[in-house]
Amino acid sequence: MTQTAQTFSGAAKAPDTTPDTAPALTVEALTVSVRTETGLHPLVQDLSFTLQRGETLAIAGESGSGKSITSLAIMGLLPPPAVRVTAGRIRLGDTDLTALPESRLRGIRGDRIAMIFQEPMTSLNPVLTIGTQLSEAIRAHDPVPRAEAARRALAALKSVRLSQPERRMAQYPHELSGGMRQRVMIAMALALRPEVLIADEPTTALDVTVQREVLDLLRDLQREMGTAIILITHDMGVVAEMADRVIVMKSGRMVEQAPVATLFHSPAEPYTRDLLGAVPRIGTAPDRPAQAAGPLATLSDVTVRFPLKGGLLGRTQANVHAVEHVSFDIRRGETFSLVGESGCGKSTIAKAMVGLVPHQGRITVAGQTLSGTGRNEPRDLRRKVQMVFQDPMAALDPRMRVGDLIAEPLLIHGIGTARDRRDRAADLIRRVGLSDAQLDRYPHEFSGGQRQRICIARALALKPDLIIADESVSALDVSVQARVLALLKELQEEMGVAYLFISHDMAVVDSISDRIAVMYLGQIVELGTRAQVFGNPQHPYTQRLIEAVPVPDPSRQRPPAPRMSGEVPSPVHPAGTAPARLTLRDIGGGHLVASA
Amino acid sequence: MSDAPATAAPVLTPKGAFRRLLDRKLALFGFGLIALVVAAALLAPWIAPYAPEEQLFDGLTLEGAPLPPDARFIMGTDLLGRDLFSRMLYGAQTSLVIGVVANGLALLIGTLVGITAGFFRGWIGAVLMRFTDLMMAFPALLLAICLAAIFKPSLWIVALVIALVNWVQTARVIYTETTSLAERDFIAAERTLGAGTGRILFRHILPHLVPTIIVWGTLGISTTVLLEATLSFLGVGVQPPTPSWGNIIFENQTYFQAAPWLVFIPGAAIILLALAFNLVGDALRDVLDPTQRGRD
Repeated sequence: MTQTAQTFSGAAKAPDTTPDTAPALTVEALTVSVRTETGLHPLVQDLSFTLQRGETLAIAGESGSGKSITSLAIMGLLPPPAVRVTAGRIRLGDTDLTALPESRLRGIRGDRIAMIFQEPMTSLNPVLTIGTQLSEAIRAHDPVPRAEAARRALAALKSVRLSQPERRMAQYPHELSGGMRQRVMIAMALALRPEVLIADEPTTALDVTVQREVLDLLRDLQREMGTAIILITHDMGVVAEMADRVIVMKSGRMVEQAPVATLFHSPAEPYTRDLLGAVPRIGTAPDRPAQAAGPLATLSDVTVRFPLKGGLLGRTQANVHAVEHVSFDIRRGETFSLVGESGCGKSTIAKAMVGLVPHQGRITVAGQTLSGTGRNEPRDLRRKVQMVFQDPMAALDPRMRVGDLIAEPLLIHGIGTARDRRDRAADLIRRVGLSDAQLDRYPHEFSGGQRQRICIARALALKPDLIIADESVSALDVSVQARVLALLKELQEEMGVAYLFISHDMAVVDSISDRIAVMYLGQIVELGTRAQVFGNPQHPYTQRLIEAVPVPDPSRQRPPAPRMSGEVPSPVHPAGTAPARLTLRDIGGGHLVASA
Repeated sequence: MSDAPATAAPVLTPKGAFRRLLDRKLALFGFGLIALVVAAALLAPWIAPYAPEEQLFDGLTLEGAPLPPDARFIMGTDLLGRDLFSRMLYGAQTSLVIGVVANGLALLIGTLVGITAGFFRGWIGAVLMRFTDLMMAFPALLLAICLAAIFKPSLWIVALVIALVNWVQTARVIYTETTSLAERDFIAAERTLGAGTGRILFRHILPHLVPTIIVWGTLGISTTVLLEATLSFLGVGVQPPTPSWGNIIFENQTYFQAAPWLVFIPGAAIILLALAFNLVGDALRDVLDPTQRGRD
C-alpha cells in the first residue's frame, strides 16, 4: 500500500473476508416509487448493475432521469414516507441493504458506503470546526479516544492535499473556499475507508480549474485506496475523464450500459448519440464572418466597488473590488462573451450595464450614457438593453400568466392596446418555439428550457439592440442547452440583436461567441476574437481555463495539472488600497493580452 | 385561443376565484359562520328577546346567582340578571367592528410600513423600523390607555386605538418578507424591463405577501377582540353597559367556577369567529396562488 494508505492504517478494517472477484455493490431490478394521490408512480424502474472493487461507474443522465434517486436508494436516504424501494435488491458485499432496518443502516453509512454531495457548504455544519466534524465522523463509527480521532482527521486532511492542514482543523467551513470544502467532504467520506463512495455531482458547483483539481484528487485516492466509486453527473466531459464504465439513464430507466470508450466511440442507442451530440466541444463551431458594424455599447474604465462597513461608526473598512477599470465595446449584431470563474466580476458588469448597481467610469449604450447611480436610468435605455437571467424560474413572477409576463414590457412602456399586446405576445411565444395556446399557463407548468424560452421572448418584446444573457444556459440540461443556443443564434441572424453573453463554461462560449473577454479578479486579462482567444491563448490564466475543461473524449490523455496554492486570491482590499492595475497590450489584430 | 383572451381565463378573474372558493367545503363553512355572526349583529334589535342592558327581575335565583341556560334564557343570564343571548347578539356588533375594522386597519398600517421599509431600506427603512421597534418595546396596554384617555371613548375610537397598537407585529413580519422578495431575480428582471416602483410594489411584491397577511389577519382577530375586552375592563374601552364579547368574558371571569357558561359561550364565539376567518383566509390564499391549482 502507498503512503496515504498507511496514514489511514489506524482506520483500516480487518482484511476483507470476501474474495476479490466479488462485486462491491450489486443492484438487482431496483424500482423506486413515489406515492401520489393517483397511486404509485415509479421514479426508477428495473435498474440492475454491479460495481467492482476499485472501479468507477458513472451514472449519467439529464435532470429527472432518476440518477440521484438511485444514489439515495443505495444510501437508504430516500425521503420517507412517500418515496421508497418497491422492488429489487441492493447488496453491499453480502449484506442486503434493502432488508436492513434504519438502525443497522446508520452503522453502514459513512463506514462502508460514503457519499459526497454537490454543494459542500450545505453538507458541512457551519458552527463546528473542520477538525471537530471530521473527528466526530470518525468517532461515530469507531469509538477511539479524541486525540486518536483528531490524529486520524489530520491524516485525512493531508491525504486530500489540503494546504496547511493543521490550521484547517481549527477553521470553520465558511473560512474555506468551495474547492477546499469539497476536499474536506472527500476527506470525511474516505476517512473510514469505505468500500463504496457515491459522488453525486461532486464538481458541478465548483469552478472549472477547481473541478480539475478535485477530479485529479478523486482519481488518485481511488488508485491508492481501491475504493469503488459511483459517479453521478450530467457532464459528459467528467464522465469521459473519470469513468471505467457508464450507465446512461433517461426517465428512470437505464438506456445503455457500456465501457467508457465503447460508449463514446460507438454509442448503441439513439438517445446516447443525441446526448453526446449535444455536448458543446471547444473548437467545433463554424467560424462566422466578423461583424464590421460600429460599436453599440462602449464601456470605458468601468469600476464597481462594494463597501464593507464595520466597526462602531459603520465606516467603510474595506472594498470588494468587483470590477476594476474594465473597458471594451460591443458591436452591433455580434456576440460578445465575458468568461471567467465565480467572483471574477462578469455578472457585476451585466448589472452595471442595466443600471442595477452603481458604477464609476462611463457606460454608453446606443448613444445614451448611464447615470451610474444604480437607479433611475432613462426608460429609453431600458428599451435598448434587455437581460436574460440564469434561473428562469426565479426570473419569472410565479403569480403571473406567461402571456402577461411576455406582454409586460409593452405594458410598462405603454405600447399598443391590450389586444395588440396580446397578439405580440402570441407572436413572440411562437417565435421562441412554444405554442400560443400556452399563453394562459403559469411559469411552473413549463420545463426549465421552456421557461428560459419565455424569458427570451420577454426580452425580445421591446425589440432591443442588446440582450445580456447572464449564465442563461448554465442551469439547463445539455440537450436543452444546445437548442436554446441554436435559438439565440437564429434570433440574432433574424433580428440583428447583439448579445453580451456571460458564462463560466468555456465550451459554450466557444460555440456562440464572435469576440471574448477573459476576466480574472475584476479585470480583463485577455480579449480577442474567438479564434484569437481559443486558438492562440496568450495569458497563463486563459491557458489554464481552457486546459481545465473536461473533454468528452475518453481516449484523450491529459497531463496532470500543476497543483495550485491553497489560498484563493481575494477581491477584497482594505479601504484606500486597490489591486495592481493590469495593462492590456495589443499583440496584433485586436488581440489584447494583459502583461503581468 | 389567443384571439379570445377572455374565454381562456379560468382562475384569477374575481368570478372564477370566487367560484373555486365556494367549491371548498371548509371555506363554505367559514363563510356560513361569518354570515351567521353578521346576521346576528345586524338583526339584533329584532331577534333579541330582551334589551341587552335590561336587568330582569326574574333573571337571578333567589340567592342572587345567575341562571344557567334553560328554555327561557337559552344562554342563561349574567351576574346582573341580564339575558346573555341578547347581550351576545348586541355584542356581535362591537366585536365584529373591532375584529374586522380595527384588525383590518392594523393590517393595512402594518403592511404599508413593512413593505415601504423593506423595499426602500436606506434611511426610510431605518426610521420606520426603529419606530416599529420603539412601539414594540412600549407596553401596548399602557399606550392604548393613554390614547383612549386622550380621545373620548366610543366604539370607533376604540377600534382606531387598537389598530394603532396592533400593527407592529405585522409590520415586522412584512418587512422581513419584503426584504427577501426584493432580492429575488424576478424583481431585478422587472427593473431591467423598466418597471416603476409602484408597479413592482403592488403588482409583483404585494401578491406574494398575501399568505402572510392572511395569517396575521386571522391571528389578529382574537387578539384584538380580547384587547378590546381588556380596555373596557379598565374603563377605557367600549363603555358598559354596551356589551361586547370581550367584556362579557371580563365581567364574569371571576365567577367562572360557579357559572362557567358566562365565560364559555362568549369565548367559544370568539374562537369560532377567528376560525371562520381563518378557513376563508386559507382557502383564499390557495385559490389566489396559481401554483396550487389542481391540488385540492
